[in-house]
Amino acid sequence: MSAAMDTESTYSGYSHYSGHSKKAHRQGRDRHKSPRSKDGSRSEKSVTIQTPPAEPLLGNDASRAEEGQDDNWGETTTAITGTSEHSISQEDIARISKDLEDSVGLDCKRYLGLTVAAVLGLLVFLTPIAFILLPQILWRDDLEPCGTVCEGLFISVAFKLLILLIGTWALFFRQPKADIPRVFVFRALLLVLIFLFVFSYWLFYGVRILDSKDTNYQGIVQYAVSLVDALLFIHYLAIVLLELRQLQPMFTVKVVRSTDGESRYYSLGHLSIQRAALVVLENYYKDFTVYNPALLTASKSRAAKHMAGLKVYNVDGPGNNASGQSRAMIAAAARRRDSSHNELYYEEADHERRVKKRRARLVVAVEEAFTHIKRLQAEEQQKAPGEMMDPREAAQAIFPSMARALQKYLRITRQQQYHSMESILQHLSFCITNNMTPKAFLERYLNPGPTLQYDRDRWFSKQWTLVSEEAVTNGLQDGIVFVLKCLDFSLVVNVKKIPFIKLSEEFIDPKSHKFVLRLQSETSV
Amino acid sequence: SFFIFFSFQQRIEIHKLRQGDNLILGFSIGGGIDQDPTQNPFSEDKTDKGIYVTRVTEGGPAEVAGLQIGDKIMQVNGWDMTMVTHDQARKRLTKRNEEVVRLLVTRQSLQKAVQQSMMS
Repeated sequence: MSAAMDTESTYSGYSHYSGHSKKAHRQGRDRHKSPRSKDGSRSEKSVTIQTPPAEPLLGNDASRAEEGQDDNWGETTTAITGTSEHSISQEDIARISKDLEDSVGLDCKRYLGLTVAAVLGLLVFLTPIAFILLPQILWRDDLEPCGTVCEGLFISVAFKLLILLIGTWALFFRQPKADIPRVFVFRALLLVLIFLFVFSYWLFYGVRILDSKDTNYQGIVQYAVSLVDALLFIHYLAIVLLELRQLQPMFTVKVVRSTDGESRYYSLGHLSIQRAALVVLENYYKDFTVYNPALLTASKSRAAKHMAGLKVYNVDGPGNNASGQSRAMIAAAARRRDSSHNELYYEEADHERRVKKRRARLVVAVEEAFTHIKRLQAEEQQKAPGEMMDPREAAQAIFPSMARALQKYLRITRQQQYHSMESILQHLSFCITNNMTPKAFLERYLNPGPTLQYDRDRWFSKQWTLVSEEAVTNGLQDGIVFVLKCLDFSLVVNVKKIPFIKLSEEFIDPKSHKFVLRLQSETSV
Repeated sequence: SFFIFFSFQQRIEIHKLRQGDNLILGFSIGGGIDQDPTQNPFSEDKTDKGIYVTRVTEGGPAEVAGLQIGDKIMQVNGWDMTMVTHDQARKRLTKRNEEVVRLLVTRQSLQKAVQQSMMS
């Protein structure tokens, strides 16, 4: 068996169409190219439909016919081109170039920010120590001796600095998990605040203490202690601004995937748009089912069928009445009694039935396969050294009996790109090792899982662009819509404010629960 | 042709029949202000707590006098019956010293209105 599961068979919606073709399209040809897979990425069908040249309504001379063909040829040819074996498509080129240019630019920006913050932090941390040490170094002999209060302050400075160090480490020293387009406003503000603060302290120190060579050492040490206290308060401010404020949920965002309409709701606090986008993306990878382009071909083929169904003739001469033409097309499409809804219904019902049947076969096959192996207990392991297998070998032993059913099921649900034989064997040995039941083994294949479950190459979504009408550092407001685009699809995010809830209280006395029978007497008189 | 619902009042005079030691009227009542009005199958308005005739014995004095099932009893011998309890209603109807009771009842009737064209 090949490493990747076989590509799907050439099921094409157009085979239906050519069967029902009308008189005008009898001359059209359908060309099917077999779909190809490129390293297991999505397979695209290539279909070209050529409609016959436009038949002029008035007159029948050859020149007219030629003109008609030239005029309308571009409009009436519907071509969905895929890629051939030996070329890369436009999208792939775009993808490669995007990868190249992005990796260089954003890294510089990220590292610049980090270095600035690190330098500032180091400076800030060393400042109190410098305040205390400089007088000792520069004019030690003039200084008053340091009494007990002063030495007590040394200890307090030391511990406060230690607490500040641990707090800063806990809060700020984290792996950056994302590249965002703009600077974090609050972080920048805090850095500026700290810088100004420390600068003003140094200014004061330089002028009043260094220049005048103040001899009151206790005062100097107290000055340093006040700096450290203020730094601790700034750290508190940082915690509140950066962490606590966005914990309380204020907004509900609805995230809809543009290709298939899958949607989720999340609760967010007061975040900027870019941070909200980050949260949405983090949740996307674990909540949304994986993007599978193979599932979209059916609706695309229906759409193409609708487009190719009507032709517009310009009876009034070569006037360029484009909007009139499209409106005429829409009106005609609305009036036309097509039975595509019927086709869809029966097609879906039939597909549903076939999927269920294959699923039943798969479940039976897997259950039967799992009965063939038995776990050996510790005592038995010494007694029967004959045919002992480790999990991998056991998986390889029972795999062939379920392979065919599994392959057929994956093919009909169009998931075969996402599971290679190697990955299936690995999963099988994992399940065997952990005493999982056949149903637990199958859970991964019966339903499409979130994107995180699959191999990185199959993700289709690694580079994201935030498209927003408002500045991305603005906070979330009610009614904001922004779009997270990646190359193949986009996520449309709609922000709604959580409504203001008026909760009132009503007291019910437990003794007030009284009941009476419903009477319906009938008396004869 | 179409149907019209309307209600009209009727005065009914029932002569009680002696059966052993009792004087019977030959019908059954339901309703009252202490009863559940929603269970009344005869009332138009399900909040109506009036006294309704639920059964009329065949050949009894009530049937002879013209009382029908579903009638709402408004007055008995001048006593109002629209705001009485079930038991009070029963008592007013079964007074031992009265041989005749005069009821004022309201009856809903279904009348077929014949079209003008058919009449002409």
